[in-house]
Amino acid sequence: MIKSELIQRIADENPHLFQRDVERIVSTIFDEIAGALSRGDRVELRGFGAFSVKSRDARMGRNPRTGEAVHVPEKRVPFFKTGKELRERLNGGRAGDEDEDDDEM
Amino acid sequence: MAGKTLTRSDLSEGVYREVGLSRNESAELVESVLRHISGALAQGETVKISSFGTFQARDKGRRIGRNPKTGEEVPIEPRRVLVFRPSHILKDRINAAGES
Repeated sequence: MIKSELIQRIADENPHLFQRDVERIVSTIFDEIAGALSRGDRVELRGFGAFSVKSRDARMGRNPRTGEAVHVPEKRVPFFKTGKELRERLNGGRAGDEDEDDDEM
Repeated sequence: MAGKTLTRSDLSEGVYREVGLSRNESAELVESVLRHISGALAQGETVKISSFGTFQARDKGRRIGRNPKTGEEVPIEPRRVLVFRPSHILKDRINAAGES
């Protein structure tokens, strides 16, 4: 499913809304999440999952073609942890029984 | 870097502000978007949101794990996990903001 199909599915369920409003709704949601992450904030959506940002330290990497050492600067990467309810749904309703240290996401 | 935590209500507030529906309806639509994404993933569909990222279910085989506390070997049964691959646009956006 791509974004336009998601928009279509939501639009089909909400015939009273203009298509362009549904587009804005969906875009706003992802834009809010991206904005939060770029500020270093977390986004917790219970039952679905949590988005956070992890820092990766600067390191010396190597150009695999030339073998030359290159400095890789520190960077931040977005990370998603699946929520408990969604994880169970993916597994046909069974609880995934390891990895239970999560905060009831 | 310990920032705030956003929740559904922040997302609904954004929708309310941007689109001008009622707060109630904004909240329902946020829920509906999450429900459709979860539903598609539960059906085994990959969900690709351009300029944000891709959510994909992956099947993991059975393997032997270890209880880190007791050292005891325990089998980890085959299971399906969700992987999120952020788009380049999202990664760039997060790093552009962090250059301080």
